[in-house]
Amino acid sequence: MKKTAVRFDPFKVEQEEWKRQQRKERYKKALTICSPIFVLLLWEFLSRTALIDPRFFPPPFEILKTFLAMGMSGELFSHIWISLYRIFAGFLLGVIPGVIIGLLMGLYSPVRHFISPLVMALMPIPTLALLPLIIILFGIGDMSKVVTIAGSVFFPVVINTAAGVLNIDAIYLDVAKNYGAGSKEYFFKIALPGSLPVMLEGIQMGQAIALLTIVAAEMMGATSGIGYLIWTSYKAFLLKEMFVGLILISFFGYLFSLGLRMLQKKLIPWR
Amino acid sequence: MEEPSKIVIKNLTKVFYKKESRVTALDRMTTTIKDGEFVCLVGPSGCGKTTLLRILAGLEKASTGSYQIVPSGKDRPLQSMVFQEKGVIPWLTVKENVAFGLKMRKLPKSIIQERTDYYLKKTGLNESASLYPKELSGGMKQRVSIARAFANDPEILLMDEPFAALDEQNKFILQEELLAIWTETKKTVLFITHSIDEALLLADRILLMSAQPGKIASEIQVHLPRPRTMEQVRADQGAAAAFMEIRKHLQDEVQASRE
Repeated sequence: MKKTAVRFDPFKVEQEEWKRQQRKERYKKALTICSPIFVLLLWEFLSRTALIDPRFFPPPFEILKTFLAMGMSGELFSHIWISLYRIFAGFLLGVIPGVIIGLLMGLYSPVRHFISPLVMALMPIPTLALLPLIIILFGIGDMSKVVTIAGSVFFPVVINTAAGVLNIDAIYLDVAKNYGAGSKEYFFKIALPGSLPVMLEGIQMGQAIALLTIVAAEMMGATSGIGYLIWTSYKAFLLKEMFVGLILISFFGYLFSLGLRMLQKKLIPWR
Repeated sequence: MEEPSKIVIKNLTKVFYKKESRVTALDRMTTTIKDGEFVCLVGPSGCGKTTLLRILAGLEKASTGSYQIVPSGKDRPLQSMVFQEKGVIPWLTVKENVAFGLKMRKLPKSIIQERTDYYLKKTGLNESASLYPKELSGGMKQRVSIARAFANDPEILLMDEPFAALDEQNKFILQEELLAIWTETKKTVLFITHSIDEALLLADRILLMSAQPGKIASEIQVHLPRPRTMEQVRADQGAAAAFMEIRKHLQDEVQASRE
């Protein structure tokens, strides 16, 4: 009796369907949350049972204990702070000129034609390959790491910013011109907001590259930082300490991505 | 009583020159549009209608010839354009879009506010003032475009197939709304359309253009009394004859360009 009632009431039928959809969504969300936990548990199990070599892959719980012990001694935080400082400074030093030059390239075609061959030619050179040179120029202190990161971050930002301006639909240029926008108004009302989505993609990419670069830059010619920690731990065969460093990098990468996504939502609400 | 001229176009010619091709989009076009007149420009695709509008809009330069938009002496921009479907700027809210021209002209805030509000209300957009265009239907977006042009209070209005992308029902509604606002402001309008019905409903005069090179082939006065409705257009003998004439012209032009 009940079943037939459900079957013949169209609202009930759709309600059931809707509930099914909701369950599916919840299931997908659960999968997303479960996957890292699952991998960690699997790792723990395989390592404890020595199915994988616990010397190379110490169980996550042991890594956590090492992390807490390192945190207690205070040494870990000095490494984290110094790396974060280098990442932020290098990131800003790459993003700010990247955005400015990118906007100029997008707005003025002579600038674009002059600079783009330089960008194209310099981009394939890994900044890390220039690290010895950078160390000679800037010493083994923070500055050389900051410059290395800035150099790597600059390229995706400059290219995406210029592309962002160039990809603005021509009709908005027509609208601006037809309604008498001057060059200042054009910049603030059309070029800047119009290029923002693609520009932010470039900044997001730059953020990821900054993290990749810091570790490598601190492996060479550094006496502190997460990269230094990873490298010295590895050389001393302190793999638990090394994993602490690796997981920290992964954690900050995730955190920064999340932060930039939030910024993106704030800055481009019209998307 | 004869109205004074508002748009005077003399021997306007536009050639698109490329290495491989020379296209004469407009060929010595000459016409005069009176103050307060609603003129529809009808012609086969690629006959240079849009080129003419873009020249008048200051978006394109004529190769030779000249045009003049006669100023009224008030502090008004010469022209404002209602673009085809995508002319609403997505990163500005409805209100900011409507106020766009006024802001560009740096008018006092109170005037911007007042005129923007007036046309938001007029087009039924006051509820949606703070929304972004992505949240609007196609019809609402075109209302924004129309409100923006009227709020700017230009000497003449240029409209490039503003309703072409809308469905039939929305088109009827927007045509009526446009006529209502136009009746109130008595602006000179140059309106491009593909739809003969639309031209007959809106225009005082219809300019028929020939295919490449674009020039005015003939013109038709529409004598229907205003305010008009589609029913009147359909019932009127003269309008029916005009419909057939325009249709025949368009078909002949398309045929001719095929041969």
